[in-house]
Amino acid sequence: MYKLNLAIRYLLGRRISILAVTAVALCVFIVLVVMTIMNGLVREFRNKNHAFVGDCVVSTDSLVGFPYYEEFAAELRAQENVEAVSTVIHSYGLLTQRGADWNMGIEVMGIDPADHIRATGFGQTLHYHRDTPETAFKPAYNPDAPGCVVGIDMMPRSRSQSGGYYHSPRPQEIELVISCFPLTAKGAMERADMGMVNTLSFFYSDDSHSGLVKVDGNMVYIPFETAQQMCGMNGSPSRASAMYVRFKNANALQQNTGKVRSLWDRFAEQKKDAPYANLLDGVRVESWIVNRRSHIAPMEKEQTMLILLFLMLGLITVFVIFVVFYMVISHKSKDIGILRSIGVSRWGVVQVFVYFSGLVGVIGAATGGTAAWALLLKINAIEDWLFVKYGYQVWDRSVYAIGDIPSRIEPRVVTIIILSAIAASIVGALLPSVQAARKRPVEILQVNQL
Amino acid sequence: MTDILKASNLHKLYKMGQARLTVLKGLDLTVARGEFIAVVGASGSGKSTLLHILGGLDKPDAGYVEFDGERIDRFGAGRLNRFRNKKVGFVFQFYHLLDELNVLDNVMLPAMAGTGSLGWLAKRRSARRRAANLLEQVGLAERTRHKPYQLSGGERQRVAIARALMNDPELLLADEPTGNLDSKTGNGILEVLETLNRGGQTLVMVTHDERMGARTNRLIRLVDGRIV
Repeated sequence: MYKLNLAIRYLLGRRISILAVTAVALCVFIVLVVMTIMNGLVREFRNKNHAFVGDCVVSTDSLVGFPYYEEFAAELRAQENVEAVSTVIHSYGLLTQRGADWNMGIEVMGIDPADHIRATGFGQTLHYHRDTPETAFKPAYNPDAPGCVVGIDMMPRSRSQSGGYYHSPRPQEIELVISCFPLTAKGAMERADMGMVNTLSFFYSDDSHSGLVKVDGNMVYIPFETAQQMCGMNGSPSRASAMYVRFKNANALQQNTGKVRSLWDRFAEQKKDAPYANLLDGVRVESWIVNRRSHIAPMEKEQTMLILLFLMLGLITVFVIFVVFYMVISHKSKDIGILRSIGVSRWGVVQVFVYFSGLVGVIGAATGGTAAWALLLKINAIEDWLFVKYGYQVWDRSVYAIGDIPSRIEPRVVTIIILSAIAASIVGALLPSVQAARKRPVEILQVNQL
Repeated sequence: MTDILKASNLHKLYKMGQARLTVLKGLDLTVARGEFIAVVGASGSGKSTLLHILGGLDKPDAGYVEFDGERIDRFGAGRLNRFRNKKVGFVFQFYHLLDELNVLDNVMLPAMAGTGSLGWLAKRRSARRRAANLLEQVGLAERTRHKPYQLSGGERQRVAIARALMNDPELLLADEPTGNLDSKTGNGILEVLETLNRGGQTLVMVTHDERMGARTNRLIRLVDGRIV
């Protein structure tokens, strides 16, 4: 009981304790705020990538695509674990506006909206067709005209300070001309005299806000059959670029992806003697995580580096606490002599200072955690106020594809940070405490007498 | 009277750089139960060292101390801690009170240190009563809530005596208890010790003041590491 009693008295009685508490509080505050925001950004980014491709991707890097996709899609749809399959054409092209003298390189994605909204989060990225995404290619001003959905950043419009986009009540009537590069199954350009159609007009029907910079700034969605035709993939056998698959149970991702892979291997084996079977060799079956790895990995790497940096910050905190306790314990050597003279064991002396440092850790972590929670609760309001008052924005929304600053505190992260802070405090105090406890009481008391 | 303490052939050597200083050279001493002994000697004669060895705070290089017939050098660390907590009470020249604790808590400290958390909850009230009684005995009943820095030197030493008596030790060891006090206050402290002795308390007091020493049952002179 005396240990806790003394620890509390030391804590309340010494101003230097406030320094230690402040060091812990600041460390917890900074780490919690940054980790919450960083984790939120990574989580959001992963979710957006997941929504873009569904749970599993069957794809090839070749612009030629792969044949027999209908048969495999039918097999997939018959599987118990598969919720939906969307077959897509993915290629590149040029975009211009009727009568305009500009053009830009774009990515073209041919989709069947009814399938695509079931397999991916495409429907939620639309603005005008959010409630009827299966009619995404029907412009509201002329439902019979061929429509297209463009990446939201391709449309000239201003954004709100919080990253939102302004939309007029109805889509503007804009005619866009898209040209593709039709390829034969062997990878050569289709000859012009083979009746190819590689340039078509589309009317702006909606925009897609996926939250992925490259997608929102480059992607134009058009109907599947049209894209297939424009890319020369409607021959015999017809070809597709990829299949996006949604599973019924997304939690068993690896297991389900493995099943699809086995299915594909069997399918490719059955088709090994079919025409253009060589195009099946380059087809990969990947979970969304693997498929989008090149996009997600840099951000996760940044997160890892940040964690390492904050580990260093943690080490600095341990050092600060070590210095503080070294000073406190140096001034308390007389007390240690007294305690030893009344029969307190060495471990008892160490415990007094461990309790003391534990209290510093608990109070510091609680203070820092509360301050971080308060800031995160109001961080978006503060950012808005800063923008309105001073024109300052932490993340320029025209550069970063985020809406609000992520501020959802994860209990797991909070627990780890707080326990680490308390542990760091105790570790910081342990060495000087043990050193002090090992001193012979006579030495301490005699020195004090001198 | 039975012997409570017996020191046999104590030797103690200090190394100070290259130099070696022998402070105790085969010292023998026996203390009977209820006795009040004063050890006098010049500064550096080894008085404090002797007291620390008798109380188990320090170890001799040779020789041994028996307490109630048992050699304390054979005690393990835990038993030695209990010995210092229950059997012996120390009073130091510079009082050595804990600045953060008030007078009452300082006095209760040995009882707290000798009891586990659960045991303390059961024992707390009786310990508080005993501490209050001891403070009343030494004339500080009105000062229980004061911090040490709010007390005079004599008052602090009375608190130190009360603390030393908290666990009702069989032996009280006082190291220059009046050395830091003026003569009037020092007399007051000695009177407290005399009263305790009259009540049966065994006391060994180290002092350089022979007049103080003369008021005890037995005066021992320490010269050149031996009793003369």
